Amino acid sequence: MEKKKIYLVDTTLRDGSHAVSHSFTADQVRAIAGGLERAGAAMIEVSHGDGIAGSSINYGFIGTPEQDLIRAGTDVVHNSILTALLIPGVATIADLEIAREAGIRAFRIATHVTEADVGIQHVRYAKDAGLTAVGFLMMCHMVGPEKILEQARIFVDAGADYINIADSSGYMVPDDVRARIELLVEKLPVPVGYHAHNSLGLAIGNSLAAVESGATYIDATLRGLGAGAGNAQFEVLAAVLDRLGYDTGVDFYQAMDVAETAVDPVMHRPQVVNNTALMLGYAGVYSSFLLHTYRAAERFNLNPRDILVELGRRGMVGGQEDMIVDVAYQLSVGKE
Amino acid sequence: MEKIKAGIIGPGNIGSDLMYKIMRSKNLQMRIMAGIVESEGIKRAAGLGFATSTEGVLAVAEDPEVQIVFDATSASAHKKHAPILKEAGKIVFDMTPAAVGPFVVPCVNLDQLTEADNFNMVTCGGQATVPIAYAINRVADSEYTEIVSSLASKSAGPGTRANIDEFTETTSEALRTIGGSDRSKAIIILNPAEPPIMMMNTIFAIVKNPDEKTIRESVEDMVRRVQQYVPGYQLRVPPILDGNKVTVIIQVEGAGDFLPRYSGNLDIINAAAISAADEIAGRMLGVN
Repeated sequence: MEKKKIYLVDTTLRDGSHAVSHSFTADQVRAIAGGLERAGAAMIEVSHGDGIAGSSINYGFIGTPEQDLIRAGTDVVHNSILTALLIPGVATIADLEIAREAGIRAFRIATHVTEADVGIQHVRYAKDAGLTAVGFLMMCHMVGPEKILEQARIFVDAGADYINIADSSGYMVPDDVRARIELLVEKLPVPVGYHAHNSLGLAIGNSLAAVESGATYIDATLRGLGAGAGNAQFEVLAAVLDRLGYDTGVDFYQAMDVAETAVDPVMHRPQVVNNTALMLGYAGVYSSFLLHTYRAAERFNLNPRDILVELGRRGMVGGQEDMIVDVAYQLSVGKE
Repeated sequence: MEKIKAGIIGPGNIGSDLMYKIMRSKNLQMRIMAGIVESEGIKRAAGLGFATSTEGVLAVAEDPEVQIVFDATSASAHKKHAPILKEAGKIVFDMTPAAVGPFVVPCVNLDQLTEADNFNMVTCGGQATVPIAYAINRVADSEYTEIVSSLASKSAGPGTRANIDEFTETTSEALRTIGGSDRSKAIIILNPAEPPIMMMNTIFAIVKNPDEKTIRESVEDMVRRVQQYVPGYQLRVPPILDGNKVTVIIQVEGAGDFLPRYSGNLDIINAAAISAADEIAGRMLGVN
C-alpha cells in the first residue's frame, strides 16, 4: 500500500525567531534553511516571528533586515518552498511585495480565528501574483469547530491553497484537535494543516492527532524552537511519522544533524516547558507573549504568572503584546 | 441664534451618529440626510424631522442652505463627490480614507488649515493616537513613533475590514505629517472578546530628549484638549520611560450617541469631525 504523504512545514526561522528575540543572522538562515532543504522539508518559513514587517517596538526589532534573511534563504532553498507569514494589520500588501521580490513563494495569511475577512485582500493578491496562499487561523482553541469552518471558508473562497489552524497558546488536548481537523477535512475542498505549541507538552501528540484526523500539512521547528514553550519538534515529528508509516519525504538523520550543528549553537535557552510557559497553555494566552511578560514582570516587580492569568481573563488575542504593559501597570497600581 | 446648516451623505452608522452629534453641537444645525436608497438611516432622519433624499451627493450639493457637508460614504465615492461639492461651494468633512484634502486632527492642526475646504479625518486610530504622538514629539523630538490600536471586532465595519492596509498606511502617514515623528508604524488588532473591549491605543516613541516630567505634562495637556470633544478619552497608562523609549496607553470610550459605548473608535473620528466643523461654523458666524 502506498504511504500517505504528509508535508512538514518548517517554521524554525519564523516561530523560532521569537525564542532568539528576532536575532537570526543571514549566515544562520543559510545554515538552517540549507540543512532543512537537504533534509527535505516541504516548506521553509523565514520572517520575523510576527510575520513580515513584524519588526517593531511592540513585537521586538529584528537584528538583520528581513529582506537580507529572505535572500539568504533563496541562496540555499531550491526544492522546498520558501514561505513567510503575513499578519494583516501588522503587514500590508506593500510589505508582501518586498518579501516576494526577495524570494518568498508562499504567503501564510494569519488572522485571529474569528477575523478571516481582514485577510481576503492579501490572499487574493498573492494568488493573482502566482504565489501559494495559505489561510492561517490563530488561537483556534477559543472557538468551536463550526466557527472555524465558517472562517476557513472565507479564506477558501478568497483562493487559499490550504487552511492551517494554529493552537497559538498550546491550550488544546488531542480531542480538541480531532474535533476541529475532522470537520475541516470533511467539509473543505482544500487540504488542512495544523500548528502546535508545546505549552502542555502535547505538541507532538496533538500533531499526530491532526494527522490521524486527516491533516496533511504540519508545522514544526528544529529543537521545537518557538514562542512560549515552542512548537512540535521537527526531527522528532519526522521520526514519529516515519515509524507510523507516513511519507514525509524527510530524511530525519539530516534533520537531526542540522538541529545539532545549526540550531543548538544559536539557542538562548533550552526549549522547555517551564512554569510560565505552562501557564500560557493553561490560561490560553498567545505564546509569543512569554518573553514580553518576563520583561514587564521585571519592570513592574510582579510575578509573570499573575500577568498571564489576567491577560487570559481579558481575552487578549495574538498581537496584543502592548496590553502586557497595561496589565502590568494596572496590577502594579492595584487597579486589577 | 443662527446656526450653519449641515448635510450628511451616507445614512449608515457613521452618518447616523454624526446626525445626533450635530443635534447637540453649538454652531451647526442638521438640515439634510442623503443616501442612494431608502434605508433605516433615511427613515431615522425623517423621523427626527430632517429633510431626506435618495439622490445622494446631488441633493446636498444643490441645497443652497447647506454650507457644511459630512461625507460618510466610501473613499471611491468621495473621490467622485469632492469636485461636485467643491463646485457647489460647500465645506466638506471627509470621513473616508480618500484624502482629497489635508488631514485634520482638530487639537493639533485645525488652526493651520485656514484655506482648506475639504478636510480629511485620517482614521479612527489616527484621531486617537496622533495627538499623543504630537504631544511627545513637541517636547522630546521623536525619531520613531509606533501605535497599536485594538478595536472590538463588532466596531470594525466591512469597509475597514476590506481595506485594512489603508488604515495602517494612512495612520502611519499622519503620525509623521501631523504627529511630527521622523519614522512611524501603525498596527491594528481586532479583538472579538465579549463583552466587547473598549478601544485601546498604545503609543510608543523613541525620542531624543527623554525627560519624563516634560513628556508627562505635555501628554496630560493634550489629553485634556482631546477630552473637550471626546469625554471618554482617558489616559490609562501615563508616559512610562525605559531609556529613550516612551510608552503611553489611551482608552477611548464612546459617547453612546447612536453607537454603543465600546465603539470608541467610531465615536472619536465623528467627534473630531464635529469639533472641527463646529469651530469652522463658529468662524463663519463670527462668534469665535
